[in-house]
Amino acid sequence: MKVLVGVKRVIDYNVRPRVKADGSGVDLANVKMSMNPFDEIAVEEAVRLKEKGVASEIVVVSVGPAKAVDTLRTALAMGADRGILVQTDEPVEPLAVAKLFHAIAQEEAPGLVILGKQAIDDDSNQTGQMLAALWGRGQGTFASAVAIEGDAVTVTREVDGGLETLKLSLPAVVTTDLRLNEPRFASLPNIMKARSKPVATKAPADFGVDITPRLKTLSVAEPAPRKAGVKVESVDALVEKLKELGVA
Amino acid sequence: MQTYTAPLRDMRFALNELHQDDGFGHLKAHEEFGPELMDAVLEEAARLCQQVLLPINRSGDEEGCHFEQGPDGTSVRTPEGFREAYRQFAEGGWTSLVAPAEWGGQGLPEALGKMVEEMVCATNVSFSLYPGLTSGALAALTAYASDELKQTWLPKMVSGQWSGSMCLTEAHCGTDLGMLRTKAVPAGNGGYKLTGAKIFISAGEHDLTENIVHLVLARLPDAPKGVKGISLFLVPKFLLDDDGNPATRNGVWCTAIEHKTGIKASATCAMQFEDAMGWLVGEPNRGLEAMFTMMNAERVGVGIQGLGIGEAAYQSAVWYAKDRIQGRSLAGAKYPDREADPIIVHPDVRRMLMTMRAYNEGCRGVSAWISRALDAEKHAEDAETREKAADFVALMTPVVKALFTDLGFESASLAVQVYGGHGYIRESGVEQYLRDARISMIYEGTNGIQALDLVGRKMSAHMGRYLRGFFHPVSNFIEANAGDEQLAPFIAGLKRAFEALQGSTSMIAQRGLKDPEEAGAAATDYLRQLGLTAMAYCFAKSVKVAMTQLSQGSDEAEFYGAKIHTARFFFDRILPQTASCYLAIKAGKGSMMALDDAAF
Repeated sequence: MKVLVGVKRVIDYNVRPRVKADGSGVDLANVKMSMNPFDEIAVEEAVRLKEKGVASEIVVVSVGPAKAVDTLRTALAMGADRGILVQTDEPVEPLAVAKLFHAIAQEEAPGLVILGKQAIDDDSNQTGQMLAALWGRGQGTFASAVAIEGDAVTVTREVDGGLETLKLSLPAVVTTDLRLNEPRFASLPNIMKARSKPVATKAPADFGVDITPRLKTLSVAEPAPRKAGVKVESVDALVEKLKELGVA
Repeated sequence: MQTYTAPLRDMRFALNELHQDDGFGHLKAHEEFGPELMDAVLEEAARLCQQVLLPINRSGDEEGCHFEQGPDGTSVRTPEGFREAYRQFAEGGWTSLVAPAEWGGQGLPEALGKMVEEMVCATNVSFSLYPGLTSGALAALTAYASDELKQTWLPKMVSGQWSGSMCLTEAHCGTDLGMLRTKAVPAGNGGYKLTGAKIFISAGEHDLTENIVHLVLARLPDAPKGVKGISLFLVPKFLLDDDGNPATRNGVWCTAIEHKTGIKASATCAMQFEDAMGWLVGEPNRGLEAMFTMMNAERVGVGIQGLGIGEAAYQSAVWYAKDRIQGRSLAGAKYPDREADPIIVHPDVRRMLMTMRAYNEGCRGVSAWISRALDAEKHAEDAETREKAADFVALMTPVVKALFTDLGFESASLAVQVYGGHGYIRESGVEQYLRDARISMIYEGTNGIQALDLVGRKMSAHMGRYLRGFFHPVSNFIEANAGDEQLAPFIAGLKRAFEALQGSTSMIAQRGLKDPEEAGAAATDYLRQLGLTAMAYCFAKSVKVAMTQLSQGSDEAEFYGAKIHTARFFFDRILPQTASCYLAIKAGKGSMMALDDAAF
């Protein structure tokens, strides 16, 4: 079974983002960029499936600038087999990415697509769901456990009320949550090997997808600084406060 | 709080931008390793060090090693987390980074390897000793062991499955190895039986690997007295079965571990050899030569420990200086919305932080320089470049070892000072750096011995040929940039320091020839003078690169701008020390040697 995994190049999770002076977006000049942490979990899950003998090939796909090839190499160093870079310098939105993944899924015919539940730059949390709809396949989002059984996948999902378990027919789309696994460190020999693994570079037009943004960013601002809290004397006072604030 | 993020940008600067014109050339053997690969390796090493080694640094210090009987005759248990960390380190292939491909290594450049070593030392210097000793042993075995020994032992040492140790010191002989007593007698099967006792053996015993390969200095029955009668032997903890797996316990035992000031998670062992089976490495009675191969590799490595700790101490001090609020800036409140200003606003705190920063960046520049020579020594295509590189390594090894460890210790001490009373408390984490850094000035040849090596051996060797390998590039650089207005203050400072260094050199050469004690009295000051001048040269080159980048509109104005400011601080505030070194040397041995021994 072939597994398709999406990886996005995003601002590193350790970096404190700075808003551009004109409020048009986040300043990315000379900022450390890394693989979206949820995507790392997606790659790790695919590599584990391959180690179990369930997956036969792992194809990693990134949509983004030329530098996103570094992100693909990181995934290849973790154990993926080959990469596809859909190169564009335009900002990409979930629908455009979902359409591109749909086109690639039709070409590659994977048994499973694993994506991060969201990217930590824009926190959209939409691509996986949109891809499942476009592709007409089942979706198991926010996965904390994934098990392949024959031609189906059992996905344990982290939902507000606890855990929900779904069984989906393959092929299907799974999006990862934080607790699915702990991604490995790439080994030195694998970092070296990753250099010679194939990466195909494509353009959105190759898949007939128009990625022109449909959303307009009005302005970007830093969140207001948190105000200091107050200490309450008793539980009653606490309940009173909560009622006052309309949360109880 | 111990905090560390690998200074990857500065590492890339030292690796890729600073020394491209150093005359060691472009190495064909390393052509396949482009900057993208180097970046990927640095980034993953940084992640591993920060996420695996740093979290067990302080706990390892608190817990220390345990001397107790374990399974398989193991008698040292490393602190919690070390086994798992070592497993990840070895399985990740990090023990094999610079090892030759024919023994299963990755064959990556030393220049890259030293950067990774710096990160390992910065995050956990105790841990670094286990793979560090192995790589020293590997260097000696690769250079001197027979093919049979290499085939038997190297692959699993490269893979990290087995580790190494260096057994030189005995209770009555450290620096003066000519007095050593451990005996080796032929066992009749081509091997030898060793009997004797060694002390201060780092990684002599532990529970991280399934076998330990000791390299042991001992005397053969007919050996001449003194250092010309020492041979080197390979003595494994476990003898191997026919399939090459550890099987029979050999007669080598750890009898105690030391209770030390620092590096507490590194097992420092007393070792007893009782008819232990061993094999000769290299020629009989030529063990010292083989040992120096190992020792020289280790000496550069110990220098890197100083740099690593210096960087960790700096970052931990910066964190505190920004976090700790106390008093107001002398220039009026700089953070009026807070109860007090963070202490980073104060000039004296700045003095300490900038000193540490300048030490680290300067040492990193020098480290990248010697690392390029280490690579060229092995891989340059023409013999002339290889010789030039070997000369440079020979000259700079004692400088890197002593200067980096002196400065690393100074940085650790400054970090404690930045923390004030809290720095003296264990929980702050910075006093560990001070304790851990202290040993690096002592082991692998004390810093005093390094200074003697520099003035006694390296300075005079081949009529000063080694020294010219350093003097020529510096004087060429000064000459070539004499007309550069922007660079002028840096060239002037470098020129002054360089002329003073030449002055000291000829003073020592003249006086030392007549009276070796004069050379001995000058040695430590001379090493520091030369080391600071080497740092000044690297800083001046850095400024040139940075100014070029800025004039070309680099989008990394912040990085290059900071580089120039740090260099300015170095030239203003640290380089003047070379003048006092000069004056101290000029004063000669007189006052140092005047008192009778009885007057002390």
